[in-house]
Amino acid sequence: MSAPTRDDATGPVVETDPDEGGTHHAHPGEKQYVQIALILAAITAVEVAFSYWEAVEGILAPALIAMSIVKFVMVVAFFMHLRFDSRLFRRLFIAGMGLAIFCFTVLLSTFHVWTR
Amino acid sequence: MSTVTASSGSHTEIDAGHPPTSTGLSNEKVAMWSFLGSECMLFGALISTYLLFKGQSEPGTIAPVDVFDIPYTSVSSFVLLMSSLTMVLALAAIQRGDQRLTRIWILATALLGASFVAGQAYEFTVFVREGMNLRVNLFSSSFFVLTGFHGAHVTIGVLMLLSLYSLSMRGKLPSSKAETVELVGLYWHFVDVVWIVIFTLIYLIP
Repeated sequence: MSAPTRDDATGPVVETDPDEGGTHHAHPGEKQYVQIALILAAITAVEVAFSYWEAVEGILAPALIAMSIVKFVMVVAFFMHLRFDSRLFRRLFIAGMGLAIFCFTVLLSTFHVWTR
Repeated sequence: MSTVTASSGSHTEIDAGHPPTSTGLSNEKVAMWSFLGSECMLFGALISTYLLFKGQSEPGTIAPVDVFDIPYTSVSSFVLLMSSLTMVLALAAIQRGDQRLTRIWILATALLGASFVAGQAYEFTVFVREGMNLRVNLFSSSFFVLTGFHGAHVTIGVLMLLSLYSLSMRGKLPSSKAETVELVGLYWHFVDVVWIVIFTLIYLIP
């Protein structure tokens, strides 16, 4: 990162690291957006089918959570462009989400929700 | 002299006419991502409250298995998922300067969002008829608060989309303001990912 310069009107202007600032990879095209949406719809269909399928009852919760995580990551990465945008946005979002997951996992563990 | 450090990508971080920012990133976008990060805490609290109270209701009172209609909610989930596609297509359209398609996709997103809210309102009325309300037991109260908050977020999103449509119709949404559509889109996709979590944890996992 190079040394910051100063702008009289706006204060210090920091030259950002390419990953922090403005360098971006190209966003997906419209065809890719449609493909991603079809994959998301297919995963949703599998989720619903799983919830009725007695043979997978033993692994139902982990399987559904895994599929839900895949959908979550795909929407955030591709539709919200977090995969292509500045790393700062990723950090802001992950900080909030990580804090929420940590706090509420501790809360639910305190009340023995997992072992009921 | 200012130092403009952001290089152009598939869309510009700092619109022409905006003063340079200290990070080289759009302040509005930084604010939106910070807001969405904080929203994770809100929905995290509501979801964990539901999980905490699930199965803790008095025996003999209404339970999730008595009322949930999975096929119906699956269709609602599909509608919201597809609204994320139309939203991102609206952004792509405005970034390449196609005003007509931008309006079509924004309106399609608003209509899909409104269908989701209407579906939720119908689901709530069915549940109330079945005997659920905010005070009947812990499951009912935490369910209504969680899904009600999510529905309120979708409703706010629909209002923002209709405002964008109105701005576009009056010629006040040129492609140089694509970031406005992007910001509304970020909010909209976030509402969608929250539903992805709610649908799995609340409806599908017994």
